[in-house]
Amino acid sequence: MALRTLVSRKTLRTSSLGLRGLQTFSLPDLPYDYGALEPAISGEIMQLHHQKHHQTYVTNFNKAIEQLDGAASKGDASTIVKLQSAIKFNGGGHVNHSIFWKNLAPVREGGGEPPKGSLGWAIDNHFGSLDALVQKINAEGAALQGSGWVWLGVDKELKHLVVETTANQDPLVTKGPNLVPLLGIDVWEHAYYLQYKNVRPDYLKNIWKVINWKYAGEVYEKECP
Amino acid sequence: MNLLSCSNNHCVLSSSLVAATDPPLKNLKVSIGVPRFGFGHRNGSLRNNHRVSKIVAYYGLKNPPYKLDALEPYMSKKTLEVHWGAHHRGYVEALNKQLAKNDVLYGCTMEELIKVAYNNGNPLPEFNNAAQVWNHDFFWESMQPGGGEMPTLGLLQQIEKDFASFTNFKDKFIEAALTSFGSAWVWLVLKREKKCLAIVKTSNAVNPLVWNDIPIIGLDLWEHAYYLDYKNDKAKYVNTFMNHLVSWNAAAARMARAQAFVNLGEPKIPVA
Repeated sequence: MALRTLVSRKTLRTSSLGLRGLQTFSLPDLPYDYGALEPAISGEIMQLHHQKHHQTYVTNFNKAIEQLDGAASKGDASTIVKLQSAIKFNGGGHVNHSIFWKNLAPVREGGGEPPKGSLGWAIDNHFGSLDALVQKINAEGAALQGSGWVWLGVDKELKHLVVETTANQDPLVTKGPNLVPLLGIDVWEHAYYLQYKNVRPDYLKNIWKVINWKYAGEVYEKECP
Repeated sequence: MNLLSCSNNHCVLSSSLVAATDPPLKNLKVSIGVPRFGFGHRNGSLRNNHRVSKIVAYYGLKNPPYKLDALEPYMSKKTLEVHWGAHHRGYVEALNKQLAKNDVLYGCTMEELIKVAYNNGNPLPEFNNAAQVWNHDFFWESMQPGGGEMPTLGLLQQIEKDFASFTNFKDKFIEAALTSFGSAWVWLVLKREKKCLAIVKTSNAVNPLVWNDIPIIGLDLWEHAYYLDYKNDKAKYVNTFMNHLVSWNAAAARMARAQAFVNLGEPKIPVA
């Protein structure tokens, strides 16, 4: 599988900055081919989504972090504050999409297989059944106005599952500091438009065929052992 | 409610530009259906007054002032078909459904409805649909085949007054469009209080009517507006809009009408 990661410019940056090493972020590889999630999500969408949209968030996030670093070292408070929305948007985009790629898997690698183990139990306890959870997530995702994400998360303090939506690229943690994302579904139009046009409910119905419950279960077991 | 601010600016444009529909169907409540909007109406149900009269339609889907392929190659027919035929139509139908359930908001013009539903920042469920219906009408009318180039005469003068030059305005407009997050709109507005033109970004369905300003040009930055034609290349879409699509004719007409409400120039009365 071809490497799609951008070479991190970390080493260059460290040497040019001298004293400070600034962590730059890079586009994570997809653990599957672009076409592997068809027909639920087309290869064209996966390629654009990963190589263009996610890459743009990474690039702009790195830019914003660099500017933040410059402002912080100069003590420029107003620039620090001004950069927050770009950091939240682009950083959130990077964080959210990195989770999203792990939330998906080709059918032959377990995509679509229902959750087992403790997450499966927790879903049945909290929502009644997996079907009920799916209906709830789909309803909230379809009702979201504009751009955003719909999440299945776990409150790591209270140890219970939640379904939440966030706007734009806000990460789940903006809805509650103890919330850990298990599963996120991107409902920005770029995530489905070329294939589903305006029929977001169809996208939401079909994406469950490639959802990687294994990963969600692993995260859940880590938070609720 | 200030009636001056509520007049329906569709009327000004519709005589010269719009191919089809009527203004919002204010007096339609107990009367004939309007088949061309796609809402049928059975002949029998009007005659029996003791039966509950069935309200047929509140708002209709207005046609863009040009054929769906007229903006090619800058905005494809396919985009118009989906954007107007599915998204815009969807908002109209959703709004009509909401009003059918709770029509205490019925009787307003679209602009009044938007302001009331905005509810000073705590929007009612009707707001999103109403505002998006209006926004898209405004958007289609903000474009024309053979658009772009430059405004002339009074509008150009006002732009040069408020932005130093047209080039500066264009750069600032494009910059605003490219720095918007998520689903958004960018507008050239005439600010009523400040009596000057300004560029305003709004998110989701919000439009400058809610702040009582007068929109002059609107650009849809939701991904559905450009994704089929430009994929993720928002910059190309925005530049194409400015260079080939924006209708300065429509803007000039709106500006002329706006001057009935906003006094832009103090006459130079000599002090005695």
